[in-house]
Amino acid sequence: MIELTSITRIFHMGEQSIYALNHIDLEIQDGEYVAIMGPSGSGKSTLLNVIGLLDKPDDGSYRLDGKTVTDLSEAEQAQIRREKIGFVFQSFHLVPRLTAAENIELPLILSGLAAAERKQRVNDTLRAFDLSDRAAHRPSELSGGQRQRVAIARATIMQPTAILADEPTGNLDHQIGVEVIALLENLHQTGTTLIVVTHDRELGDRAHRQLMLRDGKIMTDKKT
Amino acid sequence: MTLADTFFLSFKTVVSYRLRSVLIILAMTLGVAAVVVLTALGDGARKYVVNQFSSIGTNLLVVMPGRAETTGAFPGAVLGQTPRDLTLKDAQLLGRLPQVRRYAPLNVGEAELSASNRLREVTVLGSNAELIPIRHMKLAQGGFLKHGADYSAQIVLGSQLASEFFPLTSAIGQRIRLNERRFLVSGVLAPQGKTMGHNTDEIVIIPVEQAQSLFNTTSLFRILVEAKSHDAIEPAKEAILETLKQSHDGEEDITVITQDAILATFDRILHALTLAVAGIAAISLIVAGILVMNVMLVAVNQRTSEIGLLKAIGAPAADIRFLFFAEAMWLSTAGAAFGFLLGQLGSLMLRLVYPDLPAWAPAWASIAGITVALLTGILASILPANKAARLDAVQALSKK
Ligand SMILES: Nc1ncnc2c1ncn2[C@@H]1O[C@H](COP(=O)(O)OP(=O)(O)O)[C@@H](O)[C@H]1O
Ligand SMILES: [Mg+2]
Repeated sequence: MIELTSITRIFHMGEQSIYALNHIDLEIQDGEYVAIMGPSGSGKSTLLNVIGLLDKPDDGSYRLDGKTVTDLSEAEQAQIRREKIGFVFQSFHLVPRLTAAENIELPLILSGLAAAERKQRVNDTLRAFDLSDRAAHRPSELSGGQRQRVAIARATIMQPTAILADEPTGNLDHQIGVEVIALLENLHQTGTTLIVVTHDRELGDRAHRQLMLRDGKIMTDKKT
Repeated sequence: MTLADTFFLSFKTVVSYRLRSVLIILAMTLGVAAVVVLTALGDGARKYVVNQFSSIGTNLLVVMPGRAETTGAFPGAVLGQTPRDLTLKDAQLLGRLPQVRRYAPLNVGEAELSASNRLREVTVLGSNAELIPIRHMKLAQGGFLKHGADYSAQIVLGSQLASEFFPLTSAIGQRIRLNERRFLVSGVLAPQGKTMGHNTDEIVIIPVEQAQSLFNTTSLFRILVEAKSHDAIEPAKEAILETLKQSHDGEEDITVITQDAILATFDRILHALTLAVAGIAAISLIVAGILVMNVMLVAVNQRTSEIGLLKAIGAPAADIRFLFFAEAMWLSTAGAAFGFLLGQLGSLMLRLVYPDLPAWAPAWASIAGITVALLTGILASILPANKAARLDAVQALSKK
């Protein structure tokens, strides 16, 4: 469970202070499917990054699964990211030197898993994401949809409790985007919490809960 | 992340940035190779000189007239005195010392050697039979003053002179003239080539009394003394000084130098030279280290978004630091290894081109070269690795 209390994130631009997140209170239960929407610059990415422990809030407290994680050490936060959170980005963020299989394997390497077991799990995941025949391809040899599928496979291989996707369809054609969303929804079906940042209303409406952000504040919180 | 995975992952990175890696490794390689080859050259020169110097004798002491300037405690006391000459009597006194195995008086001069229409200027050594063993010379044929007949007009010819003057017959027993004095060839030296700048193939040796009368002198140029053992060198020096002081009415007017001391001096000087050369070569390694640092900094910049991704999927700062560190380790280790091999190859070439030069890089130099390469690689990676580890994940991800 994700519990944010009065979370504030301030960026300083010269003299100006920008409240990217302005005293956000938010609770997300395990297994929820949440869409974060709002205009550009409203704080969607910042909120996702704070939830994913990539960004530190300047104020407020964050409890994850009942434990306060705001004051954990850098290494402890990294461990939580490794074990509980899977990130999916708009620009895929695949390592260009590594093959699809190697990109998917990265989180397993970071967690120190033995090579034999890694291979097994990577193969299983490749099959599950219908990427087996692309295993040895580099990102540059893959289509956008395939790249995002590799990225999603990488985000799920550690079986995280939450998947955080920041505009995962932003760089994709509408049709491919729908397929990618469907893939994420499949993961949600298996019990994973799914939080998607999008400004595509149609995609946002597929979620079971819509958060509307504006100027770092949650304007509406709709459950459908 | 396990250590093995860290090194494997960074190895892949090194391989995929091929050109960049090759250039850094090349810089490291040249640096290490320079250390190895230059020290091989320096140490080869040292060994060459030491060998040359050792080959002129064993436990050798050289007695010469005159006091070395360095001792002058009372300059006034020495003033106005010409040093007394060394004489054959002095040499015989030294021969009786218990620390002395053998001695050879020595006169050196130039004279005209002539026989059957041939004539040439040669260097003449006047000495006794012991000169040959003391100076480690070898006779190819015949002998020299074998039965102690010091006054007989015997002559030993250098190998080249023998074949020049008697190309068709054996030189032994032939008559030959030195400045119109007649000599009988009793021996021929084995060819030896140059040692310490003297070509022993083009000298002649005659009895010292003959030489003194030939050059119209009663004094000696040097007395060569061989001590009984290495440990006897210093006592022999003391004894020689004492003996000749007594024989010269209490005046210390001779100088004794030991082969050992000269050898040690040469050894020291050339060793220092080798060290200095190694140090200069090591500077190129530092330069290579700076290159590594620069390239690693560029790499951090290039791979910023990748570093952000690694952080997002849960890599702690320590892992990222170690990844870059391992990358630098690969580069400098490869550079050190190739440099060592190239250096050995270079030394081998030196030895092939100059067979007289024992151009082997000393172990300390190879070890130092490799260590400095690894060390600079490690040091050079600290700054970039820390920079990578400290990157803000969100900003890193948004780059590019
Ligand atoms: N690193 C930063 N430095 C300064 N301002 C930032 C930084 N990151 C985000 N912001 C500002 O914070 C606000 C929210 O940004 P963001 O969360 O990226 O918005 P969104 O994802 O909704 O477009 C914006 O006004 C943005 O300009
Ligand atoms: Mg955004």
